[in-house]
Amino acid sequence: MDLSRFTAQHPPPAPPPCTRLRWRNSALHSSAIENHTEIQGKSLTVTRTSGEQFAELIKTPRADNAVLHGPRCPAVRGTLCLTGHHLIFSSRRKEGGEELWLLHANIDCVEKRFVGSLGTIVIKCKDLRIIQLDIPGMEECLNIASSIEALSTLDSITLMYPFFYRPMFEVVEDGWRSYLPEQEFELLSSVTDEWRLSCANKDFSVCPTYPPVVIIPKCIDDEALRKVAVFRYGGRFPVLSYYHKKNGMVMMRSSQPLTGTNGRRCKEDEKLINATLRPGKRGYIIDTRSLNVAQQARAKGGGFEQEVYYPQWRRIHKCIERFNILQESLIKLVEACNDQSHNMDRWLSKLEASNWLTHIKEILTAACLAAQCIDREGASVLVHGSDGTDSTLQVTSLAQIILDPRCRTIRGFEALVVREWLQAGHPFQLRCAQSAYSNTKQKWEAPVFLLFLDCVWQILRQFPCSFEFNEQFLIMLFEHAYASQFGTFLGNNENERSKLKLTQKTMSLWSWVNRSEELARFKNPLFEANSLVIWPSVAPQSLQLWEGVFLRWNRPSKFLDEAQEEVLNIINYNRELQAKVNALRRQLAELETDDRMQENLTDSTPVRAPWLRGSVDLNENPLLPS
Amino acid sequence: MLYMPVIGSSSLHPLYNCYSVVYANKVENVRLLDRVSSRKAALGTLYLTATHVIFVENASETRKETWVLHSQISSIEKQATTATGCPLLIRCKNFQVIQLIIPQERDCHDVYISLIRLARPVKYEELYCFSFNPKLDKEEREQGWKFVDLNEEYNRMGIPNDYWQISDVNRDYGVCDSYPTEVYVPKSATAHIIVGSSKFRSRRRFPALSYYCKDNNASICRSSQPLSGFSARCLEDEQMLQAIRKANPGSDFLYVVDTRPKLNAMANRAAGKGYENEDNYSNIKFQFIGIENIHVMRNSLQKMLEVCELKSPSMSDFLWGLENSGWLKHIKAIMDAGIFIAKAVAEEGVSVLVHCSDGWDRTAQVCSVASLLLDPYYRTMKGFMVLIEKDWISFGHKFNHRYGNLDGDPKEISPVIDQFIECVWQLMEQFPCAFEFNERFLIHIQHHIYSCQFGNFLCNSQKERRELKIQERTYSLWAHLWKNRADYLNPLYRSNHSQTQRTLYPQMTPCNFLYKFWSGMYNRFEKGLHPRQSVTDYLMAVKEETQQLEEELEVLGERLANLQKMQLNGNKIQSKQQDRGKQLGLSASTNSLANTPQEYGSDLKSFPSRSPSQGDEDSALILTQDNLKSSDPDLSANSDQESGVEDLSCRSPSGGGCLPSEDSGKDSDEAVCLAV
Repeated sequence: MDLSRFTAQHPPPAPPPCTRLRWRNSALHSSAIENHTEIQGKSLTVTRTSGEQFAELIKTPRADNAVLHGPRCPAVRGTLCLTGHHLIFSSRRKEGGEELWLLHANIDCVEKRFVGSLGTIVIKCKDLRIIQLDIPGMEECLNIASSIEALSTLDSITLMYPFFYRPMFEVVEDGWRSYLPEQEFELLSSVTDEWRLSCANKDFSVCPTYPPVVIIPKCIDDEALRKVAVFRYGGRFPVLSYYHKKNGMVMMRSSQPLTGTNGRRCKEDEKLINATLRPGKRGYIIDTRSLNVAQQARAKGGGFEQEVYYPQWRRIHKCIERFNILQESLIKLVEACNDQSHNMDRWLSKLEASNWLTHIKEILTAACLAAQCIDREGASVLVHGSDGTDSTLQVTSLAQIILDPRCRTIRGFEALVVREWLQAGHPFQLRCAQSAYSNTKQKWEAPVFLLFLDCVWQILRQFPCSFEFNEQFLIMLFEHAYASQFGTFLGNNENERSKLKLTQKTMSLWSWVNRSEELARFKNPLFEANSLVIWPSVAPQSLQLWEGVFLRWNRPSKFLDEAQEEVLNIINYNRELQAKVNALRRQLAELETDDRMQENLTDSTPVRAPWLRGSVDLNENPLLPS
Repeated sequence: MLYMPVIGSSSLHPLYNCYSVVYANKVENVRLLDRVSSRKAALGTLYLTATHVIFVENASETRKETWVLHSQISSIEKQATTATGCPLLIRCKNFQVIQLIIPQERDCHDVYISLIRLARPVKYEELYCFSFNPKLDKEEREQGWKFVDLNEEYNRMGIPNDYWQISDVNRDYGVCDSYPTEVYVPKSATAHIIVGSSKFRSRRRFPALSYYCKDNNASICRSSQPLSGFSARCLEDEQMLQAIRKANPGSDFLYVVDTRPKLNAMANRAAGKGYENEDNYSNIKFQFIGIENIHVMRNSLQKMLEVCELKSPSMSDFLWGLENSGWLKHIKAIMDAGIFIAKAVAEEGVSVLVHCSDGWDRTAQVCSVASLLLDPYYRTMKGFMVLIEKDWISFGHKFNHRYGNLDGDPKEISPVIDQFIECVWQLMEQFPCAFEFNERFLIHIQHHIYSCQFGNFLCNSQKERRELKIQERTYSLWAHLWKNRADYLNPLYRSNHSQTQRTLYPQMTPCNFLYKFWSGMYNRFEKGLHPRQSVTDYLMAVKEETQQLEEELEVLGERLANLQKMQLNGNKIQSKQQDRGKQLGLSASTNSLANTPQEYGSDLKSFPSRSPSQGDEDSALILTQDNLKSSDPDLSANSDQESGVEDLSCRSPSGGGCLPSEDSGKDSDEAVCLAV
């Protein structure tokens, strides 16, 4: 294989993320390379500029005779190449054609050490994988290490790969336009007319972290809204998060009210949230901080809703941790998972000491509580913590997964991520800047979104037939939130995204995911639409470590993969037979109709298994006399 | 509904002599508490029968019944009387915990005293299997006992052959009373050598064959510890080991695996027992594998169950408690020993002699785990029964003492076979396609080891069982399980799948995280803690439907061919063939299990619910596959005849829209009967 193609001048076309992240998937990689040759002319034009920008960072673009030690696979000798956005390792074995493509953005930390002139670089990735490269020659090794370090910590967003990536697939659906607030509102207005779409924030002046359009109670005008925004931290006034069709109850989210020590109030704020209550009914405010923390917030100008001004609301405090506490937890958990000791006790105490599962339990419990208030108590709910951008979103989005069957479909879940995370202003850029191996320990780095995905996985594990997507879908979202060729998770809020012109300059993740080829990988074969509320268990016995993420690189997965394959075989074979039986019946019916023997056919109904609902179109019954 | 004779109603019952100890046979207005949610307590009547404690709920629609076999009761605790009544806590060996509140202290005391006596029978004849009658005729009973035949099994392994033969040295239990009459030994081991060796081994349990690998002649043999003390030797024992080594011509040494911690083995030397001295035996490699003794294991389980019983524990409470119990560490130790032996046999082709102290606990665990790893046959349903018969029942694992079937020394009780069963489950988690049976199969076997409903696990040895004429007087569990095998199939198993071939190699390297807490067993009766939808049951339903489709496809094909032929002939005959479509299709809609919120926050209670539309009952039916099978002992002790418990789980909501009526059906998650 001629590796000279992969010089720094032209970043190679990115293979789809699965291959980008996967080692030893030779078939997919080689096809990517062929494709590259085909479109080389085109890609050159795009990449020349980037090549110039990165050339000075790449001191040694390639190293021969390097040895790669990947997780759980034998060492491979081959050639290492650095491009503006990728680290590429290609083995020498001709027939295998093994390649590793690693986005620099995926690299969390680089360590180097030397034995004589043989240098070793240990690369720890944000997807938690650890790889080791042995590079002959001290200078080469140092150059490569420092290049990787520089390229993986670019500080300008516009230099990130999504701005250079050109898709090699045909874009059928523009993901940037797949989930617009207007569409959500249209769905809402078909069931209730108590809400309106407000454009008060169209220039992001009312609330810099909110999207330009938000859904608020109809009786609140934009003037009042501006007053409420002043009363809430960061201008994050209460907006509609979820409308429970079953009983008309709603979930709203906001940030903390700025009551301060002297107990300020805001009548418009009271009016806004009271507008969601039915006459004579009360609502719940779920504060994601402990009472103590909420009280302390008053000293800094924050606070919580006081009973005197909100007599129709009952406040419940649920303590969900934030920021560095979560990051520390992730670091400890990953350390425990990578621990090489044979001691069972150490594993369990390290798992315990990480507190990761405790956070999972806390978050899920708060979400279940919110769902319970809405569905069981028939009450409306307002959720907030202090900023309303982290624990608040975990609670509101998980509550929707429990309550709303739509959120358990692929598109519904994507819409949820867009609505409750991206548009709601979860600062992805800050939170996902580093992962478990980071040394920087900045306060704003926190695995908030990963915790959310973990909680979804816990519910999926308890209700394995109620989700249209599978575990791989959640893992894919985790990967893309930390490093991606798509622009979806760039920026911290809609304001930043519009300034970056992401919709024009980058590709949306959804454009790629929602193609049928990709969807096939993310579909849960066991899915059977379940229109009911699903109440997960939050008991410690019911919560497990998410092995698919945390032990992904440490555990043998062959046998588990085979099991998944077997599940698919069983379901597919069943579907195949159903199709055959239906076709035969149709054929028989036609023959028999020809013979005018309809009388005997009334008991022939097409086979339609419950798990096939919606997936096979059998609505048209050829056997019914027309 | 209750067909069991209530005590006193039938003087012909074989257990009449223990009626005298029953002070109360029926108590009304008893409350059964729900462990997960204290708000849900069921009011009903408690019955004591000769064999069961039965609680029948008053709620008229369900009349839900909870059956507990006396032999399942491990402890009864009477707690201090409160204003609401007198609480009685019954802990069962199948990990069910029942909390009752009996209104009158006097009644509670009577029930308590009665149960103490009933739960601790003193004679085998009092056990359930002697009164259990599944209405099979004599022939069926005999067939049932012949279902598992160990001679057939040794033949399957390829024995007798040039190196191994059956020995009748123990035909009347003259050499070792805890061994079976038929023992397989190396051909070169004469009766003189066997008897000599037996005298040098604890309880005369001489080395005998457990598993033979015909591919490479390597074998697993088992025995008890040698009586070596600090310096004693025995020529015949040395010759015996030599004979075992020579029965594997491809290897020039023999592993001797002592499954005890080294310290324990050394301490035994002071009592004239101990372990093999490598200097005295030619060509052996001696190896300690530190599995703790039965007392450590009993305490470990006790500690773990305390964790399981915690009321709303925090994550830290749970993980700390699990770690402090040491349970998973012990499971891993047993697995590691099994893996070591399997590797020695399969990879090195070296024979292994395994022993612990008496060679009937740890040795049984380790030999059976190794066999399971080595031979795919033991991973089939029938093969697994054979394995338990071979390594546990025939080699004199002391079922009666370990599982407390008769009143005895509590220090003899230990969850030895429970640990083996868990090892199998841990392997099933790592190799999902490798086993023909599913988790339910393991749980039901564990259940019946304690239930004494079948005769298989009675007594401490083959000798005792023969004296008691178990086969003439009781039924075999294996036939019963086999009859219901459809419930125990693993849908992912395919006999031609790569995972079902040859030896399984679990990861030994730092994969502690592979060993997980088994809530399906230890929190078995707390359904709320388990996944609400079972992938296994779902796939089984799909496979069942697939089979029906295959049949229909054939029928339709024939019909089509006929029809085409008829048309060719120009005949217009009315087809009277009935379409089979109606029977098809919806066989898998077996699902439904009510799903209600847990107590996510106590804060809600103090806030009065103001919605008139909602009752007090939290309820939401959701689709699940938790389809309860008739053979499930959770439902009925003796499935063949007890129809008292309706399968209430089949109330599948029609799905569709989000109308409130759809998810607020009756609260039927509790409709599942708790136990035998």
